[in-house]
Amino acid sequence: MDVTVTVNGTTYERDVEPRKLLIHFLRDDLDLTGSHIGCDTGNCGACSVIFDGVLAKSCMLLAVQANGASIETVEGLSEDGELTPLQQAFNEHHALQCGYCTPGMLMSATALLRENPSPSEDEIKKALQGNICRCTGYWNIVDAVKSVAK
Amino acid sequence: MLLREVEYAKPGSVAEALELLAANDGARALAGGQTIINVMKARAASPDMLVDLNGLGELKGIELAGDGTLTIGAMTTYTELMGSAEAKARPILSEVCATIADVQVRNRGTIGGNLCSNDPTNHLPPLMVAIGARMTIAGAGGEREVPAAEFFLGVYLTAAGPGELLSRISIPAGKKDGFAAVTLGADGTCLANAAASVNGSVRVALGCVDAVPVVVTADSPDGVAEAVRGANLLPPSDVHATSEYRMHLAEVLATRAAEEAAGR
Repeated sequence: MDVTVTVNGTTYERDVEPRKLLIHFLRDDLDLTGSHIGCDTGNCGACSVIFDGVLAKSCMLLAVQANGASIETVEGLSEDGELTPLQQAFNEHHALQCGYCTPGMLMSATALLRENPSPSEDEIKKALQGNICRCTGYWNIVDAVKSVAK
Repeated sequence: MLLREVEYAKPGSVAEALELLAANDGARALAGGQTIINVMKARAASPDMLVDLNGLGELKGIELAGDGTLTIGAMTTYTELMGSAEAKARPILSEVCATIADVQVRNRGTIGGNLCSNDPTNHLPPLMVAIGARMTIAGAGGEREVPAAEFFLGVYLTAAGPGELLSRISIPAGKKDGFAAVTLGADGTCLANAAASVNGSVRVALGCVDAVPVVVTADSPDGVAEAVRGANLLPPSDVHATSEYRMHLAEVLATRAAEEAAGR
């Protein structure tokens, strides 16, 4: 099926099999490998993207469902090589160890801060509930998000 | 995971969706996709066609009538319900939705999908039974209304049959409700849950203990534990909980939910 989708401001047209998951489309067809596949069962959140303004796990969406949609992935966060304040905070707070969960953590935290620029610690934890860090570096991740909360 | 080959259709109306579902035996509705896509990955189900209900405005939205009756479109997401001013008329609805999974799942998952999947560990089937919701089912012959207590027929099985869709849920006015669950991790899968509503007597619907929600009634929260014991439950055992433990949880959670409801 023909799919037209805008990812990080660039519009792509591709012929896609309906059975293809959005995460595979992003990684394999568009070569946007920032979004990761962790569990492939909808639990870990490593594949989180912002889909038409709404945070979603791209392993539980079909690529054909993205026809006409606008998607943001981790590649779209920084502009001209400049890290966003949130990305910079992840760096400064050592909020990543192996880094596998980081793209999903960044997208979830980005979605949270857009909706609620001044989240409490509890609100940050609740917002990151769908993202699992198997290095268990949660304290530093929460600290990083807290540091850019207004 | 690569899914088995599947056809995809995106109808422009409920009527068109019903036609597609009726014309294809192997067609299944795709609502939020937070269950069925994973079920397809596991090959536990392999529909031939997915009929995508996203984008059908007829199935969206929450309305509050003058008499306090809430009408919720089946394709309303948990997040939309939690953000709805109208839905606050029955506060338990958004309170329970806020404890389902995580932000991403709540953003895509739908009220209708939760009800129609009727996994015995789901939150919303017992809640809808306890608060006396009514389900509107659309089919080729028009619409029919079924009380929640008659909607859930078995594991993964509801009164919305082949070629039919749950279109909306109607919920009467009320505030004296409660919900209690023991879950695997915060906001995880329920090991046992109970929803209660007080309207004169106490009505409790128990989840996770049988294929469909089990209803018990009592004059007051004090009588709920005995009513649960009298229901002759035989809950399933699994790696997370024995049958005996689930039975114990059912009693405790039914009482907690009833006390919460009575205290409002």
